[in-house]
Amino acid sequence: MTYRAEVFVTLKPVVNDPAGLTIKGGLHALGFDSVIDVRSGKYLVVTLDAADEGEARVRVEAMTGQLLANAVIEDYRIELQQESLTLSPSPAGGGGQGGGPS
Amino acid sequence: MNTGIVVFPGTWSDRDCAHAVGEVLGQPACYVDHREENLDDLDLVILPGGFSYGDYLRCGAIARFAPVMEAVTDFANRGGLVLGICNGFQILQEARLLPGALLRNASCEFRCEWVNLRVEQSESAFTLDCRPGQVLRIPISHGEGNFFADPQTLDAIERNRQVVFRYCAPDGRVTAESNPNGSLSNIAGIANARGNVVGMMPHPERACEDLLGGSDGLAVFRSAIHALARVAV
Repeated sequence: MTYRAEVFVTLKPVVNDPAGLTIKGGLHALGFDSVIDVRSGKYLVVTLDAADEGEARVRVEAMTGQLLANAVIEDYRIELQQESLTLSPSPAGGGGQGGGPS
Repeated sequence: MNTGIVVFPGTWSDRDCAHAVGEVLGQPACYVDHREENLDDLDLVILPGGFSYGDYLRCGAIARFAPVMEAVTDFANRGGLVLGICNGFQILQEARLLPGALLRNASCEFRCEWVNLRVEQSESAFTLDCRPGQVLRIPISHGEGNFFADPQTLDAIERNRQVVFRYCAPDGRVTAESNPNGSLSNIAGIANARGNVVGMMPHPERACEDLLGGSDGLAVFRSAIHALARVAV
């Protein structure tokens, strides 16, 4: 099965986010006075093969803990869904992608 | 002092380090490829500044998984001297060889300027030649040098006297105005508990000759030479 994991990485609430503050200042300058706060972060989309959703989640959690997020300063949230065939970026036919690991 | 200077894709201060150690101090220095797995002949490993792997994801995040970093970790754990400068400091933190993290500068600006550093302790391998309270003038050049650690970690770093350098005024006073990047407690450099691994944002290799505006950075490298001599005795 092919899964698509969306990984949202954000600075922990206690960590100052100067980029977010600067963006907030820009929004205020544009007249969006109702903006109370802006926090910036990273958005990553990981497409992977796994036997089932549970295995996919374990793998994405592991890769996020090891590399995608730094637990010293960042929190993360993972949203996982099975890749729909019609939206698959893999080239159709040709067998180039093979079958995933068994 | 056999010095190995690690070169990752995107490292840019390797030649400055080789010049300072090799030409100015006359010590044997070589470049170490990021794929190298053996550091046995070295006394000092320098992780120089730059933008390893384009600083993608986070500064130092990809570099810490380069093959050489396993060897650097073993080397450090055996007591070998390791100095991380700028991006090298970021890599050492990502590798968990040093505590904390370096965030984007509070100003959101890249800062390239001379700063004053107060030496906080002279027990680390890279401050042995300094006296506590001494002020060194050394340049910085970074966009992400804003030292952060959670309160418990910060407390432990301070209690264990692991803070090596703080940004300060020319007279040594630690002030908000002298902090170029928003670092907690004006921290510019820290050591591990053992004192053989030091990370610092300022560039001592760029302050080793009066022709370049100052030579205070020599104290960092000379301290390493003396630390090694002390072990050898």
